[in-house]
Amino acid sequence: MCLAVPAKIVRLEAGGQGAASYMGSEVRANFSLVPQARPGDWVIIHAGFAISVVDAKEARATLRLFKEMAAAERR
Amino acid sequence: MTKVSLELGSGGRLMREFLAGKIVPAFRDPLLGELSDAAHLPGGIAFTTDSYVVDPLVFPGGDIGALAVNGTVNDLVVAGAEPRFLSLAFILEEGLETATLDRVIGSVRNAARRAGVRVVTGDTKVVRRGQGDKIYINTAGVGRTVARPRLDRVRKGDKLILTGTLGDHSLAVMLARGEFGLRSSVRSDCAPLLFLLPLWRAGARWMRDVTRGGLATVLSELAERLPCPVLIEEDKVPLSRPVRAASDLLGIDPLYMACEGKAVIVAPAAKAAALLARVRRHPLGRRAAVIGEVQGRVGRPGELLLRTSAGGLRLLEPLTSELLPRIC
Amino acid sequence: MKELRDPAALRGLLEDIRARAGRLRRTPRLMEVCGTHTMALFRSGLTPLLAEAGVEMVSGPGCPVCITPNAVHEAAIAAVTGAEGLTLAAFGDMTRVPTRRGSLQTAVPARGSRLRIVYSPEEALDEARREPGREVVFFGAGFETTIPAVAYTVKRAAAEGLRNFSVLPALWLVPPALKAVLDAREVAVDGFIYPGHVSAVIGAGPYEFAARDYGVPGAIAGFEPGDILLAVRSVLGQMAAGKPEVALEYGRAVAREGNAAARALMDEVLEPYDAVWRGLGKIPRSGLRFRPEYAGFDAGRRYAAAGGAEAAADMKGCRCGDVLRGAIRPESCRLFGKACRPDAPAGPCMVSYEGACLIHFKYGPAGRGRT
Repeated sequence: MCLAVPAKIVRLEAGGQGAASYMGSEVRANFSLVPQARPGDWVIIHAGFAISVVDAKEARATLRLFKEMAAAERR
Repeated sequence: MTKVSLELGSGGRLMREFLAGKIVPAFRDPLLGELSDAAHLPGGIAFTTDSYVVDPLVFPGGDIGALAVNGTVNDLVVAGAEPRFLSLAFILEEGLETATLDRVIGSVRNAARRAGVRVVTGDTKVVRRGQGDKIYINTAGVGRTVARPRLDRVRKGDKLILTGTLGDHSLAVMLARGEFGLRSSVRSDCAPLLFLLPLWRAGARWMRDVTRGGLATVLSELAERLPCPVLIEEDKVPLSRPVRAASDLLGIDPLYMACEGKAVIVAPAAKAAALLARVRRHPLGRRAAVIGEVQGRVGRPGELLLRTSAGGLRLLEPLTSELLPRIC
Repeated sequence: MKELRDPAALRGLLEDIRARAGRLRRTPRLMEVCGTHTMALFRSGLTPLLAEAGVEMVSGPGCPVCITPNAVHEAAIAAVTGAEGLTLAAFGDMTRVPTRRGSLQTAVPARGSRLRIVYSPEEALDEARREPGREVVFFGAGFETTIPAVAYTVKRAAAEGLRNFSVLPALWLVPPALKAVLDAREVAVDGFIYPGHVSAVIGAGPYEFAARDYGVPGAIAGFEPGDILLAVRSVLGQMAAGKPEVALEYGRAVAREGNAAARALMDEVLEPYDAVWRGLGKIPRSGLRFRPEYAGFDAGRRYAAAGGAEAAADMKGCRCGDVLRGAIRPESCRLFGKACRPDAPAGPCMVSYEGACLIHFKYGPAGRGRT
């Protein structure tokens, strides 16, 4: 029900506005819902609004898990 | 009372039903009945026509003038004809700035020169303000037949070559409207496909340019006319980064996005590598790839299947509705 | 995140899932609540692979386009056809739902009025700022993921004194609907795959009743094929251990406590009420409406008169309601694939990109095309 992508904040402007980068494209977004976010942070963007800040540690852990599973399967 | 909806013109099933149900029976002409990109007339002459409407008129990588030439040129090329002559008809809205018209005429001239075709006849009409949208163009094209597409010779094992990335035109136009707050370096791929002409002699069996409805629609129509299913592989389909990004963000499937300078070619397995190499030697074909084949291992006759990146299989249908960005 | 699509890793996970499912007494039936999960499962071709591994997936009521009753869709159509010089802004998939008045796509707008597809609710707000003489109505449909954005636009409009902006609300809450599905007992659900982006806002807490009161396990999942398989594996593990909980398998985007700022904004502008869902009927405190101080921004009040009957009928023969409850599969509806097709839909489930009927039609019955 809720298409959203992780994107990296490139700019924060007044009034909660700003822009984030996703695969080299720039998308305008509203960051009012993630007041703690700073440029360089990754956020989840849905319908033009950042709804959460990506936890880099958790993201790395998931990646590591999948790399290990893939390696185990290929052995 | 039914009314014409935008969907009828989106290149999907409704349009095919319209053609098969209303246009073909109205004229009962064997040449028309083939519903190919161009009709091969007696005497080695090929003939086609197309109308162009686009908002905005100018977008990164092209404008309506370039589209009106390249679209008709490409219809001839993929039907097996060398483009020679074009007609050029304008429907203009009262109040249009002449500078805009001049720009479009200039780009028609440049595109025609690039494609090696002569504009030899035409027409201009002006409609009241509000009865049209700035500029509509119709072009008809006449070419010399160099080969006849041979769908009947397409066999199990034949390979599908896509000449480059999907969806760039569709996205460039969408973003040029300034909607959705998205910016990227995407440019329309609007270009003449003349470099594909020699492929006919080199063994290509069938070609189609990938326009409205996208690759999935073009290949579904192909599959429906073949005795065995067509399988393509998601991972092999080339996509530009801007298109990948937009498809994730806006939820639009690149397999259904329009191009204006890409074609899909059916080649015998033995010649596929050589044909692919030829396509890739041309600057417009650098990202060409073999994306799938006509096969008998999975699916049923008439079906177009996609092997997904995750290893699953999914059935692809022709486009059934206008592409809309979605949030869910 | 292409690692989460790596076929080797997915094969490994599927084997693990097969082994876990094999140890259970019967085929586990999991409900993926969210339509975007349904879509991801079918698009990636995972549904048949999961069936083969011994897990049955059923779709839940997580498609806002589908569960919004026709009366609301008709109110949107009434607004754009009945008032002059009005923009009705909507998300793309809200525009094709068929009603007795046609759909937003086929409706002919009144003079000077138009339908506009937007990606963000702010695009609608911007138009109201730019054109003070034009009424701009945003068809605000969605679950908790989208609701904060809708609440934001209304709060801004109030702060800026924009009187030409309003919202037609179709705002739905997921947890009460899941409770309704469990209470109906029509479908035996062994576990839930919870919606990742709804959870980014509400966190894990609101689902805990399922584990605690109903003994139904569940896991919050992301949207990559690997994310979904991780969640399925977690639910099977909870079943085997007899320890139901709300597992968090999408920790990179979801905090257990959710997004407090987003929830505070929702709470400031909106209040819960007993809303009517297509197929599920009236569910206590399952919808949100504007609080009295923001009621002036409710387009439903401005255009309800034109919208007409409270209970606008569904299209004849349409069984979207039953499909939404998981009571029947799309193929069991007599209209499916015949009188109801994507190019001539009879109900919203054949319209929405995440409608179960459209997905089943497009991606074929599970296993079709496989050897």
